Amino acid sequence: MKRPEPVQVIKQRRDLGLARLVESVPYIGWLGITFERKGDELTATLGFSDRLIGNPMLPALHGGATAAFLESTATIQLAWTMLWDEIESGRVDPESLTPETLPRLPKTIDFTVDYLRTGLPRDAYARARVVRSGRRYASVQVEAWQDNRERPYAAATGHFLMPARDG
Amino acid sequence: MDRDEIDRKSRIARQFIEVIPHSRALGMEMEEIGGGTAQISMPYDARFIGDARTGVIHGGAVSALLDTCCGAAVISAGDTEAVTATLDLRIDYMRPARPGQRITARATCYHVTRTVAFVRAIAHDGDPDNPVATAAGAFTAGGQKRRSTEAAS
Repeated sequence: MKRPEPVQVIKQRRDLGLARLVESVPYIGWLGITFERKGDELTATLGFSDRLIGNPMLPALHGGATAAFLESTATIQLAWTMLWDEIESGRVDPESLTPETLPRLPKTIDFTVDYLRTGLPRDAYARARVVRSGRRYASVQVEAWQDNRERPYAAATGHFLMPARDG
Repeated sequence: MDRDEIDRKSRIARQFIEVIPHSRALGMEMEEIGGGTAQISMPYDARFIGDARTGVIHGGAVSALLDTCCGAAVISAGDTEAVTATLDLRIDYMRPARPGQRITARATCYHVTRTVAFVRAIAHDGDPDNPVATAAGAFTAGGQKRRSTEAAS
């Protein structure tokens, strides 16, 4: 049996792959979204800033900021699921990844957001679940919460066009 | 609703857009508002790119534009308050926006009940007949003031 790889080698490879993927989407950086990885599971954080506000009287997060947060989480989760296989199989070396060499990002076909509660002026978190991923189309569900995981403030479903893959 | 009332609501709507930090941060500009219709545009900006390889604007930025435009259409319609919130919004992405092009959204609030406003919108990058995205959503209508009036009567 092959000896397992040292933990640091595995972590570094996966974290680098994720970082390169996230860097290829400038808008994620502008909004202030970061991703935390536990194995292949991702949790996104939308760090609060004043420019995310949509209603200054309440104040409350802008619906568009919430939609972008959910859509970014869904897209990255989907792309990460594809990239994970490529990296773990050794077909892709994260060191060599640039926006030009990364697998193409899935394209959003449609995205529907349910606004369940007012987005409060503080950090928000989101996790996405790839419900189905075929050769051409994928369906992803995503939920965002703030203080309490059991009380989501927004949820969304989206369909995505998968990039053409060789073979 | 008389002419003065319409003007007053349009002025409120215009000012309201200007004080929305997220919309301002995205560089949105109100081009037209009134009678349940709004048109808002957003410049191309490298910070709003969704795919570094193609330079195409992120769907989330287009969502924010459409959401803002739908909200403006709602508050400019008759029988609504000057504040609204999105209940749900569905966006269909027809094609990627051309890099470098300004994006324009146009929303129409086509039906209002005492509590809900229904809105449709399109976003295009130059030709309204060739949209980059369309949206359909439900927004709150009839704010706190109306509800408290109802409660008192």
